[in-house]
Amino acid sequence: MTAPLLEVSHLRVEFPTRRGTLLALDDISFSIAPGEILGVVGESGAGKSLTGAAIIGLLDPPGRIAAGEIRLAGRRIDNLPYEQLRRIRGREIGAVFQDPLTSLNPLYTVGRQLVETITTHLDLTASQARARAIELLAATGIPAPEARVDHFPHQFSGGMRQRVVIALALAANPKLIVADEPTTALDVSIQAQIITLLKKICREQGAAVMLVTHDMGVIAETCDRVAVMYAGRVAEIGPVADVIHRPAHPYTVGLMGSIPAMDEDRERLLQIDGAMPRLTAIPPGCAFNPRCPRVVERCRAERPELAQVGATNAACWRPVTVEAVR
Amino acid sequence: MAADAPSNPTAGPSTLRRLLDGDVWHSFRSSPVAMLAALIALVCFVCALFAEVVAPHNPFDLATLELLDSLKPPSWVDGGEPKYLLGTDGQGRDILSALMYGARISLLVGIASVLLSLLIGVSLGLLAGFVGGRTDAVIMRICDVMLSFPSILVALMISGVGRSLFPHAPDMLALVVLVLAIALTGWVQYARTVRGSTLVERNKEYVQAARVIGVGPLRIMRRHVLPNVLGPVLVLATIQIASAIITEATLSFLGVGVPATSPSLGTLIRNGNDYLFSGEWWITAWPSLTLVLITLSVNLLGDWLRDALNPRLR
Amino acid sequence: MSAPLVEVRDLAKIFDVSPPWLNRVVERKPKAFVHAVDGVSFGIERGKTLALVGESGCGKSTVARLLVGLYQATRGGVRFDGEDIAETLAGANAHTLRRRMQMIFQDPYASLNPRWKVLDIVAEPLREHGLVRDGAEVVKRVGELLDSVGLNPADAEKFPHQFSGGQRQRISIARALATRPEFLVCDEPTSALDVSVQAQVLNIMKDLQRERGLTYLFISHNLAVVRHVADQVGVMYLGRLVEVADKAELFARPRHPYTRMLLDAIPDIHMTGRARTPVQGEVPNPLNPPSGCSFHPRCPLANERCKAERPSLLEIRGVRVACHAVEEGRAG
Repeated sequence: MTAPLLEVSHLRVEFPTRRGTLLALDDISFSIAPGEILGVVGESGAGKSLTGAAIIGLLDPPGRIAAGEIRLAGRRIDNLPYEQLRRIRGREIGAVFQDPLTSLNPLYTVGRQLVETITTHLDLTASQARARAIELLAATGIPAPEARVDHFPHQFSGGMRQRVVIALALAANPKLIVADEPTTALDVSIQAQIITLLKKICREQGAAVMLVTHDMGVIAETCDRVAVMYAGRVAEIGPVADVIHRPAHPYTVGLMGSIPAMDEDRERLLQIDGAMPRLTAIPPGCAFNPRCPRVVERCRAERPELAQVGATNAACWRPVTVEAVR
Repeated sequence: MAADAPSNPTAGPSTLRRLLDGDVWHSFRSSPVAMLAALIALVCFVCALFAEVVAPHNPFDLATLELLDSLKPPSWVDGGEPKYLLGTDGQGRDILSALMYGARISLLVGIASVLLSLLIGVSLGLLAGFVGGRTDAVIMRICDVMLSFPSILVALMISGVGRSLFPHAPDMLALVVLVLAIALTGWVQYARTVRGSTLVERNKEYVQAARVIGVGPLRIMRRHVLPNVLGPVLVLATIQIASAIITEATLSFLGVGVPATSPSLGTLIRNGNDYLFSGEWWITAWPSLTLVLITLSVNLLGDWLRDALNPRLR
Repeated sequence: MSAPLVEVRDLAKIFDVSPPWLNRVVERKPKAFVHAVDGVSFGIERGKTLALVGESGCGKSTVARLLVGLYQATRGGVRFDGEDIAETLAGANAHTLRRRMQMIFQDPYASLNPRWKVLDIVAEPLREHGLVRDGAEVVKRVGELLDSVGLNPADAEKFPHQFSGGQRQRISIARALATRPEFLVCDEPTSALDVSVQAQVLNIMKDLQRERGLTYLFISHNLAVVRHVADQVGVMYLGRLVEVADKAELFARPRHPYTRMLLDAIPDIHMTGRARTPVQGEVPNPLNPPSGCSFHPRCPLANERCKAERPSLLEIRGVRVACHAVEEGRAG
């Protein structure tokens, strides 16, 4: 088995506030193999965007990494000084964010932004960089790239802008792309196009992707593996088909059940009563225990670790086994 | 139907508790500058409000004045007396007492003019933002015109016109004209701020919900939009008080402000100016210092309030 | 079959988005108009749910707002229980009509006044329409309403920021139900909510519909949600209805090429492995819509007639479709 490209071990992210220290990410561990697409899914407040931000090194202060390690190709990146981290960003890690409108500087042409990224990280002359920029625009499906390279972001539509953002992320040939809700702000039909593009181009360039989203459908279409997050912890992680069709963690079971299906009629959707606990009120033991239909005494006292259940790894004392949900 | 776990069956905490636990109070407690400024402002307000009680003398009661005691320096300087702590002026009036009475006038004019400005500015701003169209355009053009006049000039004009129209007017009227003059130059920024906030709030769903319920536009403006746009206005008003006091002081210094029988800090400064070159520095110095203290503390309070109310800085 | 409760005929709304007069004169720019809704007709039967789906710019939210009187129609009209709503809302009986129809909005954070207590928020329609006599009755009625959406009556003393998104949306529903309306317009009520919360809210809405015989107009861009709640589905594109059909029929046998494209494009967690036609192009600029059928630049079945002539909504075997290809039998 090849060495993982990205390895996150026991990551803890804290927010010191005047009310005490809030633990936003509690002992997260996962890895991404080179060229793999890992989905990180969860509801609001689960900590999935924070995980992405921590990896890129863009945690908003006073948030900080309190413990754990992040290794990229074997090298630790969580404790690097700003200068070195800046060099890694862009060169080895590319980022795609949710809102294409604010990801691009409205005052500079698209070509100039691309060239800036390329020349910062790659040793190319200005004209070589421009040629590569046009290449990237073509690769992301933008028609007439030689003309559009000199256009400003506002001259592109939403979907086109997101393609430019993807081109920008791939400009320096990074090994890992962190994409935080890249399709949420787009229409359904454009979403499909962007997902297809992301998959294709990452396979071509051999880049691994960490796709953070709340949309399970996008995960199903794009990812190889998926991690389900809940209250700052990883509840379940495994191959996409297994997590969706044979989930082991009761939260994942509830999540899959509450998604309305396209191919079946149900009178009532499965609902998980209650809501995700706020960071200030995470219950002891397993964070899901107040809402769990399968709860036992142990769940309230001891926090479960990720353990193999069938084809996935779930952090649960009484995981759902054998029977398929659908 | 299952109830939500976080929904607390008991009633929420009392308003006082909420206020004390709130971010605003905490921000206040953790800012020594804000606390100091608040203390100074409070002292000044109390002295001004209760001048009859707090002041050691009544400087405007002619019967108590001793001409022989005039031009006495502050008590710690040679020649001063502890009876007149900060010295006396050309007519034997105790400077400290005059300060308190003067501060009262200054604060009265300052606060009254700001309140009037608020009334005009917030109403016009709400109207412009909510109704839009021609009304908005007209009101904004009026604002632009008003802004192109220097405020002192406008205040001078109104005061001057007032005086020439009513040369023998009672003091009260003169004060009213003064307050009006200052108010009419200050309302524009409230109008603009409120208009901007109203434009944002108007499109929010809770306003649309009220319209769907059938609530009339005036009620929506008053009950829904107004409470949500007052935040930045509060900050502006606090800082405006200081500016209004200075405008009043300037006008009084120039002689077109408050009538001579109820001198404000500005009048005192002006009176003291005549004695500056003959060495009686204290007659001007203490009113000037008081003016600076009051405006500085109010400004600092306003600054703190703006930062405290800004959700992004929390 | 009784007359539908809500009947919309040739509804249109044109927004004037021209640059200011001075700019137009100096820069010689023409006036610009957006045909947000361009001739929409449908009916909703009592007790049923009609869902309007489409992507951004298709005009579904504008239709919602036209139906509750937040916008004035440029053309066409809406009839509620036989009476024209534009006339009624302008007249003395506006309140009677407003009591019978209410709206739920998309953003749970902006649909409740942050400075008001929940009690006042939910009681506002009661007070506005004079349906309560005194403070005690207000508290009682609000308590009942909160209970019907699964919240605790004591929550009335709290402020909106103390609640989560899903709970806020329930407060919105409670407020909308205060006057015992017959018709609810729901503008993307669950789009801003997490999946598990969405399930809770959708279940509540279905339960309420069954208990009280409510009629819903449900706006959404999420076809899976629509499939769960709707009886009939209307697909909109650039201000026009392109297909209206019963839910089962629409999902099993979509006729219009745009409907098919939409259904294909949805990322599906069950990965039924269906063959997907690649999706082309983007929604055109509403300021400059294509001629004839507005979908023709993206349509695999477009011909000359499609570029020139706007298709009208024709009824073909119980399904209404606006497509020349379908009419001519070219669509497979």
